[in-house]
Amino acid sequence: MSALSLLPARRPVPGVFVALTLTLVIGWLVVLVDGGQLFNQSTTVSLLHVAAGLGLVAVGQTLVILGGSLDLSVAYVISLSTLVAAETMNGSDGALMPAIGLALAVSAAVGLLNGLLVTKFRVNAFIATLGVGLLLKGYLDSGYDGPAGTTSPTLVQTLGYQRIGPVPLSFLLLVAVTGAAWFALSRTRFGHHLVAVGGDPEVARLSGVRNDRVLVTAHVLCSLCAGLAGIYLASRLGSGAPRVGTEGLYDLESIAAVVIGGTALAGGRGGVIGTVGGVLLLASIDAIFNQLEVDAFFKQVIRGVIIIAAVAVYARRAMRKAA
Amino acid sequence: MSDPRPAPLLTLRGIGKSFLGVRVLDGVDLDVAPGEVHAVVGENGAGKSTLMKIVSGGYAPDGGTVELAGEPRVFRGPRDAQRAGIGIIHQEFNLLPGRTVAENVYLGHEPVRRGFVDRREMLDRTARLLASIGETALPADARVGRLGVAQQQVVEIAKALALDARLLIMDEPTAALADHEVELLYGLVRRLQERGIGLLYVSHRLTEVFDLSSRITVLKDGRRVTTVDTATTTADELVRHMVGRELSSYYPERAAPEDLGPVRLTVRDAGNRKLRDVDLQLRAGEVLGIGGLQGSGRSALARALFGVSPFTTGDVTLDGRPVRLRSPRTAMRAGIAYVTEDRKGEGIVPRQSVLDNALLASRAVFAARSGRAARTVRVRELLAAVEVRGAGDDQEIRFLSGGNQQKVVLARWLALNPRILLFDEPTRGIDVGAKSAIHDLVRRLARDGAAVLMISSDLPELLGMSDRIVVMRDGRIAGELPASASEEDVVALAVGTVREAAA
Repeated sequence: MSALSLLPARRPVPGVFVALTLTLVIGWLVVLVDGGQLFNQSTTVSLLHVAAGLGLVAVGQTLVILGGSLDLSVAYVISLSTLVAAETMNGSDGALMPAIGLALAVSAAVGLLNGLLVTKFRVNAFIATLGVGLLLKGYLDSGYDGPAGTTSPTLVQTLGYQRIGPVPLSFLLLVAVTGAAWFALSRTRFGHHLVAVGGDPEVARLSGVRNDRVLVTAHVLCSLCAGLAGIYLASRLGSGAPRVGTEGLYDLESIAAVVIGGTALAGGRGGVIGTVGGVLLLASIDAIFNQLEVDAFFKQVIRGVIIIAAVAVYARRAMRKAA
Repeated sequence: MSDPRPAPLLTLRGIGKSFLGVRVLDGVDLDVAPGEVHAVVGENGAGKSTLMKIVSGGYAPDGGTVELAGEPRVFRGPRDAQRAGIGIIHQEFNLLPGRTVAENVYLGHEPVRRGFVDRREMLDRTARLLASIGETALPADARVGRLGVAQQQVVEIAKALALDARLLIMDEPTAALADHEVELLYGLVRRLQERGIGLLYVSHRLTEVFDLSSRITVLKDGRRVTTVDTATTTADELVRHMVGRELSSYYPERAAPEDLGPVRLTVRDAGNRKLRDVDLQLRAGEVLGIGGLQGSGRSALARALFGVSPFTTGDVTLDGRPVRLRSPRTAMRAGIAYVTEDRKGEGIVPRQSVLDNALLASRAVFAARSGRAARTVRVRELLAAVEVRGAGDDQEIRFLSGGNQQKVVLARWLALNPRILLFDEPTRGIDVGAKSAIHDLVRRLARDGAAVLMISSDLPELLGMSDRIVVMRDGRIAGELPASASEEDVVALAVGTVREAAA
């Protein structure tokens, strides 16, 4: 037993922030050489907007992944939430709060269904949430051909477009949600139990943790986050959009952000701060490529490479730790 | 009893338990006083683990009562037993490697203040708890995955104490520990005793049992043979209590001296993470039995020879030529076959057909196209030769009985014409009829010139089948015995009552 291994567990800065810094520096230089400016007002604002939308979903996704589960229905929950919100508001400010409440309640209900399927009915999370997602897709596809409803003007002006300096209100919302999630994970029993369930369900159970309850809660919170992202998107678009979630690839991108952020896909290890790093990294790459006007397909290739590289790096690290 | 011992903490009366009609425990009595270390010994399969699971709430007994401080208790699950003050330290730890010591110790009952987890309080309490058992060097905020095995064990104990355990069960606590760590555990056990905690100490290793316990209960075939005061007994006496049954089954005739061929396999000074100083010779035509306790390195030896976790030091020669067995593939090509201990996990592909299972090794080793049809014909012949009974070769193997599955595994290896066969518990979980069929097959293979190495925990089988027996202990070869050895000889070597020099 060496003295080194007795050092208290540090909370290391996830490697993702190193990668993020590198990406921003290199991106800034490349854009500069290309004759552009990466960090002007409009690019920064749009980067943070992209990050806010994806971030809200990814923070929720982090919770379920930490618990050893997964949520593939988030993209459809987002679309559903935009529609519920926009249609209830119907262009007026009067129904603002009820509309937000209703959108969140519908999202939470979907999360509850996901959670119950995964725990009580022991359906594999991948299949259960995919199934629920397809169910929602069926409803959306049959009920809507295009945008529907109108978002309340106040919401559009605040959450949608208001900002403090270059920082949009929506990004501050992400910061707040991330803070709350971080706090829940490190300072509540729920958080401790969630990480334990993801780390080893049997150990958790034998320690008196009610695994099912913890996982259902995580699924509800995840869907609430997706619902919140939907409300934000409704405020950006001015209406409900039945395909905004899937077209934005929020399901896979949120999982990618979680993994890039250092959370183990098998659960039990990681956190929301890393996820936000992952989100910012993906959003930065977007911003840089937009500036360079790179071909959209090539952009996807680069993203794919980054995700694979991130996972490979984490796997290597885990191996070295085990050795 | 009228001795001056304090009132017992735990009293077991007439505990019985059956699984699928097989009596695993029968009328077992046992009691533990506060501050006492009561050791439970017995062979593999004597019923120790089942008994411990009953005490810790894992199983409900079919008969008898569990009394805690004089009160009869019925535990509906491990949590019930925990709440009643019974902690169990398993061989495999129930810890989360990614979390800190404190987070593990208080998992499930984290201290909270105003609804939030009070991290400071949790760390303080953990530190105090660790200090109270003399473990001041272990930081409460260290990540468990970075601790050594001995320290993880301390964390497990602290976790039990955090739940106010009055009785601790330790199941083979030294199995995973290095020699110098065992000393640390001794100290810890004594400090727990001073706190008035009763300990049920399950171990194969008689040295420890004599060093630590005040009384010893011997179990055999699910019954309590005797409970003795440690001070008044000897290791030899214990071993006699642990074994001693009649040799009833029939085993095929052993090899005659003229049947033995040249030396096939020589292992010199070999070792790896789990093995040290292994010297071994295996001759054509012989069945070499490997005895020893679980975790003594028997399976590690087979796995090293088959290249699963290869030797890192020493030399291996095969038919006089040096070989390096780096992977199962190289071992297979060198003519070595391995029938694993864990048939379900490593031996069969449950949802594939009997034929596919039997063809698995040949398909993997031979080029894809060459002689495919011929191979299939040969494997079908082999399946018939080993007398697999089932609906047919195209049935999924999982529907076969254990014995028939084992025969399919055997056919798989025979298809490669192996010169050396490694069997790890070849008849575990197999009914009597199939068992003797497999014994006959093993002997027939040896007679046809193969060299056989057979690991077995079943002492009658080990003694009945082997031409020679090598007993392992703590990753080394503890000694070699002739075919005429007795069960006592094997157990004595395996638990270490005999010095290696004397063996």
